[in-house]
Amino acid sequence: MRVRVEATGPLTTVQDTGRPGYAALGVPRSGALDRPAAALAARLVGLPPRAAVLEVTLGGLRLAAPPRPCWVAVTGARAPVTADGRARPHAEAFWWATGPLELGAPADGVRSYVALGGGLEVAPVLGSRSTDVLAGLGPAPLAPGDVLPVGDAPGTPVAVDVAGVRRPGLLRLHPGPRADWVDDALERLCRARWRVLPASNRVGLRLTPEDEALPRAAAYAGAELPSEGMVLGAVQVPPDGGAVVFLSDHPTTGGYPVVAVVDETDLWQAAQARPGERVGFTRA
Amino acid sequence: MRVRPYGPRAVLVEVDGPLQAAALAGWAREHLAAEEVVPGATTVLLDGVGSPAAVREALAGWSPRADAAPGPLVEVPVVFDGPDLAYVAERWGLSVEAAVARLTEVELTSAFCGFAPGFAYLAGLREEWSVPRLASPRPRVDPGSVGLAGAFCGIYPTASPGGWRLVGRSEVVLWDLDRLEPALLAPGTRVRLREAGR
Repeated sequence: MRVRVEATGPLTTVQDTGRPGYAALGVPRSGALDRPAAALAARLVGLPPRAAVLEVTLGGLRLAAPPRPCWVAVTGARAPVTADGRARPHAEAFWWATGPLELGAPADGVRSYVALGGGLEVAPVLGSRSTDVLAGLGPAPLAPGDVLPVGDAPGTPVAVDVAGVRRPGLLRLHPGPRADWVDDALERLCRARWRVLPASNRVGLRLTPEDEALPRAAAYAGAELPSEGMVLGAVQVPPDGGAVVFLSDHPTTGGYPVVAVVDETDLWQAAQARPGERVGFTRA
Repeated sequence: MRVRPYGPRAVLVEVDGPLQAAALAGWAREHLAAEEVVPGATTVLLDGVGSPAAVREALAGWSPRADAAPGPLVEVPVVFDGPDLAYVAERWGLSVEAAVARLTEVELTSAFCGFAPGFAYLAGLREEWSVPRLASPRPRVDPGSVGLAGAFCGIYPTASPGGWRLVGRSEVVLWDLDRLEPALLAPGTRVRLREAGR
């Protein structure tokens, strides 16, 4: 069936688990930023965990009444959900039948995930339906008037097996390859208080220190780093002494030193941290 | 060769330059289990490896000379009329014709990709022929533009902003999602520029 998009909020994209394996060609991995939330949404309506769902940034999504009813689940940032004119639960499958489906702005967090029972049937690119905002691969971000192809199966709701309560905490750091470019890099990262910058996006969480910037080690003052590969969660320190935590759409190579890597299981927090909020690190 | 830690699932291997990086990357794809093998200018990232310690051990089996199989050769016809060709020639102390001859005589090798899908950093120019990037990048560079930056040559697969010194343009399709291998110049590919129409 085809579902019409009426509003998208600041940014709504299609995301699955991305297209790993092509980094050597300059293709970012892409994929949902809050992986566990996207997988949970898919699972709640009976889709495989790698299925494509909608990633809604700060709410504002509105889908027109579906041609056929289906199961829906919304996870991630707790956006108020209404469907068929009624408020609907978070992280629980519900039946969507006759009216529009709407996500309000979440009280906290950034990204909500909407799984539709039949699955999103947009054409995959290099094995993934994910929108990559850096390389421009995959479907374009949703726009009002778009029509989403959705599988005809209504989905199979999974009884709630206790959707785990997630507690944000400090992001755990592992040493990166260029830790020596900053004096006591990990210690300083952990000691500093960081604030999330508005320029943060699917490429990276951009952070500014509230106190002192991270100082470049004397041995590397003015040095340039030849481009080298980067991993998901890489913490890069640009010359201004801030920090960037690279997320799904990160460039495959970079020329600033990566001093640490955020533990993959903590990256969902980076996906849900809002501009202006504080973020802290600790050693893994 | 030096192996640096890169979080719990990856290592970064430092080697002696882009050609060695491309060679090690080719070897690693055959001999190591990694989700991503990403060559860089002087490094190879091995990402998604079960045990970094085991990878360190396996890397001992590689030596820069052990790998000899050359990559496929791609000829790229180029119209040498780029806005920075005269600058490059002057920097090299050559006439424009001689600069073009230099660019077409060198066998280049795709060392690594980055910046955009299918954008290959082509190594093979001598270090002393390095040219600096533009102080401020052009807001738009056309697809197919052939440029130089440092000792690398590159061809823009898509329109984008860019700071490379443009020496010419080519009509080859560098990135095509309908091809089995979408990148024409994947790492390890040998490249020879040829004057179009000759």
